[in-house]
Amino acid sequence: MPADQSPKIVIVDESPIRAAILEEGLREAGYVDVQHIREMHNLLARVYALDPDVIVIDLENPSRDVLEQMFQVSRAVRRPVAMFVDQSDAESARASVEAGVSSYIVDGLKKERIKPILDLCISRFNAFSKLQDELERTKSALEERKIIDRAKGIVMKLKGLNEEEAYVLLRSTAMREKKKIGEIAQSIITAAELLK
Amino acid sequence: MIDQPLRVGFIPLVDAAALIVAVDKGFTKAEGLNVELVREVSWSNVRDKLNIGLFEAAHLLAPVAIASSLGLGHVKVPIVASFNLGINGNAITVSPALHAALMSELDGDPTDPMATAQALRRVVVARARAGADPLTFGMTFPFSTHNYQLRFWMAAGGVDPDEDVRLVVLPPPYMVESLANGHVDAFCVGAPWNSVAVDLGVGHILHFVSDILLRAAEKVLAMRQSWAEKNPDTVAALTRAHVSAAAFIEAPENRNEIAAILAKPHHIGVSPEVLLRTLDGRLKIAPDGTMRESGRYLLVGREGAGRPDPVQAAWLYAQMVRWGQAAISPEALKIAQGVFRPDLYDAALGIIGSAPTDVPDAVGAFAGPPFDPSNIAAHLAAFEIVHMKS
Repeated sequence: MPADQSPKIVIVDESPIRAAILEEGLREAGYVDVQHIREMHNLLARVYALDPDVIVIDLENPSRDVLEQMFQVSRAVRRPVAMFVDQSDAESARASVEAGVSSYIVDGLKKERIKPILDLCISRFNAFSKLQDELERTKSALEERKIIDRAKGIVMKLKGLNEEEAYVLLRSTAMREKKKIGEIAQSIITAAELLK
Repeated sequence: MIDQPLRVGFIPLVDAAALIVAVDKGFTKAEGLNVELVREVSWSNVRDKLNIGLFEAAHLLAPVAIASSLGLGHVKVPIVASFNLGINGNAITVSPALHAALMSELDGDPTDPMATAQALRRVVVARARAGADPLTFGMTFPFSTHNYQLRFWMAAGGVDPDEDVRLVVLPPPYMVESLANGHVDAFCVGAPWNSVAVDLGVGHILHFVSDILLRAAEKVLAMRQSWAEKNPDTVAALTRAHVSAAAFIEAPENRNEIAAILAKPHHIGVSPEVLLRTLDGRLKIAPDGTMRESGRYLLVGREGAGRPDPVQAAWLYAQMVRWGQAAISPEALKIAQGVFRPDLYDAALGIIGSAPTDVPDAVGAFAGPPFDPSNIAAHLAAFEIVHMKS
């Protein structure tokens, strides 16, 4: 690979969304040659067919062990590959593992050329986790809203209150019992179902 | 030391039993330890998280601990093992088609590994003549007992593992599916995966590893040497908890309870009945229900299995040399043997001045001369198929 050419990067990831986020980031940074492998079956053959300079894989993927075979110098391996770990930079290795991503490079590729790729992978993986957390939080917030609405309806019916009064009752009960309003709402629903 | 939580990584396999039981039955707590088990999906993850300090200790393939200490294939991080989590426990499973081919070529007892390895050679030769693809064997990691056990077995029958067949790494959970859809013809893996293949009717257990080696160190309780040196009391407490757990596992009256603990979804997550077979060493070896029993299928603690034996480490290093993964040197041999630390085990139990058990051949391989750790070059010279680094 000539020095000025963009290295060929292969992303091994079963999550299409995360792979897309990573691919987009790499392209924006000027890495034009990016491919994605989603199918883990016969992984080594797929990797060899693409013949990448850099391989990026997520740590949730059991097939990471398959890639380790490429470290071996044997007939089956075309180009020996090493894991990208900068021994002088433990922080970077830790950041990578904590972000949930690992990179493998073809032997001989210069460290300076790889470091920015790895840094980008780490930040995109972290961005994806954050996105996922937010999604989870939004989901549970929505769930809680639904539960509170149902509990409000029950209280309104049983105690002849209007919506606002019902909500105030739920909230003050939660404060008194040092519980979340969602928990109080859930116990009202459970109780109502029991007493049906 | 009590308050500091210890994160310990493991892969869902039966030979993580001592670790899982140590935590689940409170043996670690009784030692004043707060252990958090972390289930992992790959040996690479376990190795890396142990290396960089996200884990304090781990259930680790014995050869990975040695490779890490030698800096083979990856960053050099010295690892020590104060407890041996299992001796044996693997099996070689073959597809029904390969099983039929081997049986028709077999001249001898099907449990005799020399007879099956020679049958394999005849099958391999016939396939090459017919222009068929070479057979493919699955194993779990380049630095794995499974890799070395497969190689040792087939090479004894005249099959060159690097020339005559293909050896590929497969994550254990994918083994059975790969055998079923013909992507591999055979595999060597630990429990419960061999039994799962037999139950699904897609595999025959050809050999227990104990047919090939009487005593093979399989997984160790691994920790960074630097961490172990800084935390001797924690190491001792963790080791004692494992000794207690292993003794609990080996008591036959506890087997059902152990199987139930291991079967939990966050532990191994397969049916207790399958796990019981491994613990009892009574395995269904063919889809027709044929059973085979062995007192040596998996040793967790009994026959001194828990005490790390440097001779085992030397044997594993010799396999790395035999197959070109490591260069031969007295220094490397010393480092490899230094991974297995019977002294830490003895210190934890308060055993003073115990002489290492002097067994003439601690490995007990079915082929070749008795293993001599003091002269690996001469030992390897006795084998016909060897691919040492030039």
